[in-house]
Amino acid sequence: MRPLAWAYLAAAYAFIFLPVVVLVAFSFQDGRLPVPPLKGLTLDWYAKVLADRAVRAALWNSVVVAVLTSLVALVLGFLAAHALARVRLPGSAALRVLLIAPMTVSYLIIALGLLAVFNAAGIRPSLVTAGIGHVVINLPLCFAICFAAMGDQQKAAERAARDLGASEARVLWLVSAPMLAPALAAAFFLSLTFSWDEFIIAFLLTRFDVTLPVEIWSMLRSGLSPAINAVGALVFLVSAAAVMLAELLLARRRA
Amino acid sequence: MSLSAREARLGWGLLAPALAWTFAFFVLPFAAMVALSFARMEGRTIVPAADPGNYLRILTEPAMRGALVNSLEITLVVTLVSAVLAYPLAAIIAFRVPRRWQRLALLAAVLPFWTSYVVRSYAWLLVLGQNGIVNRLLTGLNIVAEPLEIASTRAATIIGFVHFFVMLLTLTIYASLVQLPPSYARAAADLGAGRWATFRHVILPLTLPGVVTGAFLTFVLCIGDYITPQILGGNTELTLPQLIMLQLGRSGNFPLASALSVVLMIVVSLAYAASARWLRLDRI
Repeated sequence: MRPLAWAYLAAAYAFIFLPVVVLVAFSFQDGRLPVPPLKGLTLDWYAKVLADRAVRAALWNSVVVAVLTSLVALVLGFLAAHALARVRLPGSAALRVLLIAPMTVSYLIIALGLLAVFNAAGIRPSLVTAGIGHVVINLPLCFAICFAAMGDQQKAAERAARDLGASEARVLWLVSAPMLAPALAAAFFLSLTFSWDEFIIAFLLTRFDVTLPVEIWSMLRSGLSPAINAVGALVFLVSAAAVMLAELLLARRRA
Repeated sequence: MSLSAREARLGWGLLAPALAWTFAFFVLPFAAMVALSFARMEGRTIVPAADPGNYLRILTEPAMRGALVNSLEITLVVTLVSAVLAYPLAAIIAFRVPRRWQRLALLAAVLPFWTSYVVRSYAWLLVLGQNGIVNRLLTGLNIVAEPLEIASTRAATIIGFVHFFVMLLTLTIYASLVQLPPSYARAAADLGAGRWATFRHVILPLTLPGVVTGAFLTFVLCIGDYITPQILGGNTELTLPQLIMLQLGRSGNFPLASALSVVLMIVVSLAYAASARWLRLDRI
């Protein structure tokens, strides 16, 4: 049983890592096609990609959209979680379901609905409309993480602050937010990676200025190239770094 | 004003921004889409109506019905294969890998998840293509004479999907395996159950919620995905999301695209209803 288990483990990891290894390996290809044989190693494709105006613009757009939409989603989600965890409101279970609902709907359908409404209102597709869609998908996530993290010990501290005369805004800013900092940071970084990597909403709701996944998509249309491998490897590095950070923050909270 | 009334007002005030956002950019668009699905196209203009014609077209036209069937077939195969491959992996990580390495093993298993979604399918195209690693290996070892046509087939779509969802299912199954008290398996063994009987009658039923939760998420994400079939499957057969995108792009037929989306939603809801008994979405 033991050797069989290890063999299975090795095969599974080989399968899981195969495309990533191929992607990264052939981003260094000294040739025009990202397929075997590996003719030599070069950093030219990275230089080429980083010098590419369209890629750089898309990269910057992606960063701006990801940071801004994650902030908006986090603030809205945090306030809503605070309200539903602390104040007894009629129908709060239904409200919770409503706020989580977008999580259960395909991004394609969210994008299509927004496109219909924006078209009807005469609003042109842009980074703003795509950003609105990204807040829609990240708000449930931020809300759920904040809501789950609101425990009873914060409740006591909040009540103490209130009894000492702090306004609700000061309670939120000086007591609740700092006590929830690890969860807030984790929610923020997770949102960041979802927005950063999101394709279909960005594809349908942007036009001239696009985000990186949409730019990669249009690069793909001109065929295989090690340049795409290089972009892919860069995106992988950024996402992996964000995930590690979120993971470390959550692990510290658990400890 | 009484204390509770002030508190309630404060609560609504804090909730308002999130609720307003959800209403304006989720509920309203969703309602608009459903309304649109009953509209008619006259030439290139959309005429509001209460016409079930789009739905009738989806159910009767072979191309439309075909896309629905393709989507269902691919999704069911992917869900089943992913679950069967993920269960042993999760079990090995939970029971064979030393405890302090388990977290690292899981993290390594999901690391490729963070490659860009678009790039992941592209990477499989490189692996499975005519001159890709797999074909080089097969022809190099003289297992096949000619390179296999894997890319641009349904098989490639399924491989791309399975790669992604094995990770997801491994996580949910692992989570329910580690909650299992070891004494249960020992008790079953003491009562004379063999390894297989212990698995079949004790471990599997108790970890079913983890399997079903992962399988449901797989189903939902897989059936709504446009990129993977578009990049890996070629254009020989369409899935539902591909058909939706086609209606949007080429013909600008918003009503039909909306109706197809509603059908997609109905399929997902049916999957939810079928698995609701075992779902533990709050525990992931």
